Amino acid sequence: MNVPLRDPNVVMKLSRLGSFHQSKLSFLRSFLKEFKDWEYKRDLFELNEHGYGTAVYSFKKKNRVYSLICFANELDKNERSDRVIATKWDTAFTLFDGVPAKQDIERLKNEVPKQEFGRLSFKELTLSRANKSVRVFNHVVESLSKGVQPDRELLDKVGYLYRTTAVYGSGKFGLADRFRIKDRKEIYGPFRLEMMLVYLVRQFTFDQVNHVAKNKNPKKAVKLDPEICRNLGIGNSTGLGMAPFIVNHPTLLNNWISARETSLKKIREIKNISNEEIELFLDCLKKSIKNITSWNTESEYQIVKIKSLLSDLNKFIMHLDKEFNFKQDFAFNEMYLHLEKNYCEECIEYVVSMMMEPFDDIVTPLIQEMSSEEGKYFNIPTERTVAELKAILENKYSEILNIDFSKKENNLNFWFISKNKEEPRLANRFDENGADLEQPLAIARDIKKLYDLLSISKNSWTIAKFLSTNNELRHVVRRAFIVEKFPYSEIQDNTIGQEIMPIDMLRLKLSFFGALKFDPRSDKWLRICMFQGAPLPEQLKNYDEYWVYN
Amino acid sequence: MKSLSEIETVSKRASRAAGYSWGVAEEVAKNIRLLEMFNLPGIKNLNSFFKKKKELRLENISLINKDNEANKNEYCPIIAGVNCLDQIRTLESLNEITFKKVAYPLLFLPFISRASEVIGKRIFLKIDDREFLLNFNNNIYSNHTKNEIIESAENIYLKVLENRDSFEEKEWNELYKLSEETFVEENESLKQGGAGAGLTDND
Repeated sequence: MNVPLRDPNVVMKLSRLGSFHQSKLSFLRSFLKEFKDWEYKRDLFELNEHGYGTAVYSFKKKNRVYSLICFANELDKNERSDRVIATKWDTAFTLFDGVPAKQDIERLKNEVPKQEFGRLSFKELTLSRANKSVRVFNHVVESLSKGVQPDRELLDKVGYLYRTTAVYGSGKFGLADRFRIKDRKEIYGPFRLEMMLVYLVRQFTFDQVNHVAKNKNPKKAVKLDPEICRNLGIGNSTGLGMAPFIVNHPTLLNNWISARETSLKKIREIKNISNEEIELFLDCLKKSIKNITSWNTESEYQIVKIKSLLSDLNKFIMHLDKEFNFKQDFAFNEMYLHLEKNYCEECIEYVVSMMMEPFDDIVTPLIQEMSSEEGKYFNIPTERTVAELKAILENKYSEILNIDFSKKENNLNFWFISKNKEEPRLANRFDENGADLEQPLAIARDIKKLYDLLSISKNSWTIAKFLSTNNELRHVVRRAFIVEKFPYSEIQDNTIGQEIMPIDMLRLKLSFFGALKFDPRSDKWLRICMFQGAPLPEQLKNYDEYWVYN
Repeated sequence: MKSLSEIETVSKRASRAAGYSWGVAEEVAKNIRLLEMFNLPGIKNLNSFFKKKKELRLENISLINKDNEANKNEYCPIIAGVNCLDQIRTLESLNEITFKKVAYPLLFLPFISRASEVIGKRIFLKIDDREFLLNFNNNIYSNHTKNEIIESAENIYLKVLENRDSFEEKEWNELYKLSEETFVEENESLKQGGAGAGLTDND
């Protein structure tokens, strides 16, 4: 049976993309899989009694070494801020390519804590910073120093000791350009080195808290129970910075979604499912409910989504237990069709993620295809004709062409880069200044404009001739030819309309990162937790791949 | 040292701020990245160009011909370059193209380097007395290595080079003959193991 790939007009809607969940394809899971047999080491740990100082952690295999350099500094409580506009943090980190020499550490000690205002070099790969959850960190120090383990309920509720506020890579602030490292096999999946940084930072937070507790009361202090450590991750506050990324990297976006869609298609095409596969699917699905019931948020928007997800999932599990026949031909296809008919988008995408769990042979090869070289598709095929471009727009943007952008509600917002922090922002164009400096992220509106212009141009004209007098829409001409080849490269929605929920764009990206428990703090930023439940570095060699659900 | 990614991002934003459309700004950003990667002074020339752009009152050219001469002032290197790149498939047949009076010609060069990749042919580019051989956008061979700002060019000459061998047939044959010395002479029984052996090709 040939199951078609899902229609981009359905999958690439923001509400659907904002309902995605972590899966076997997620970057933090594929990172652990790739690096599980690398040699992990804590190379340096020079902290004072308060936990301030320098530490280095590394992963090594054959001649390749990646080293995380950590700088922990004293921070006045009035200076601690998760906002991207902050200028000081409890800790700052960089992932170094190789083994850092003393001079490297000295150089980086001056630069890394400055973050965006520091200068890195081609020897550094990623850069980040993190702030303590002071309440949790102090509680853990107090408890351990008294010889007792901390309150698990509190730890479960927060989920981390530290939260990061940004992780930078790919040439930012002088870091190594991607072209320098892109051919390394171990980093074929996207964001591998960003994932490594966060994973090693997590270990640093445990070592630091143990160290401070021990210094506070050397005789009585105990170490944080590894089981508790395993259930702690790294928090992350994410704002609009991520949203333009997915618009500005169309082929990369395509490759992420395409891997997910191809997995689903291939799973739906399986005629007979083995008992082990059924058991594994059901086991992951049922155990995963714990991740939803322990999902804490104060966001009304998210509470409603969690409630409907939980209610739908319970209904769905009941249906599987009582009515569903796993032994029928193409059972996963039947299951998917049933889902589409009866459940909310959040539930559909949740189960799609679960369906991948038993099928390593289908999913793993696709992970290798999730990177992209955007530059390869940059040139516009100017020998093509106006008629051809029009046909592409009609075929690939059919719903977008129906949007009336003369209506205020469809043209309400604009994206801009803030001068203070060079960060993307969204504002109402009728209330705020700056719409004349709008970023090219209103793709739907510009595609519509392009279509209108093409409609009054000669069909036989080449794109070269069309562009010679219409270069103001060049950016969307390029995109249209990309979407022709890469069907999942474009969000099929209006990104400047009244109804836009920017956190849908953030959730899409974060779900591919492998984040759990999205906690929106507004419609423009959210908190997440990464690596919660993941094996500790010492446990990597024989870890349970399904740790997410344990 | 600035990364190429930083060079690209800043060039794009600056080009937009200088008045070019986002799509053209993207092209300029790629080009400056390219120049800097080839160790040519992209940032230096772009910065100088944007500072002087307004007072230069440049002329734009839409459709490129065999010989192109600006009327009063100089041509804008970016608009001339972007149109040259877009129209290269038709321009290719003209073989030789000339421009008279082009401002900041080094900013024009990367468009032609990319055009060389598009048509799969080397392009020889002469900016006054500076010569450049653009090899499929993989590298640039030049007699000009100065890290300087070139504010204008009186004459730009561009020649599309046909894909021809750079050596004589005799030289090839001599080398081929030497390469044959790595082969093994086959006897009849070894020949029987070759692909298609034992079949008749007339069935």
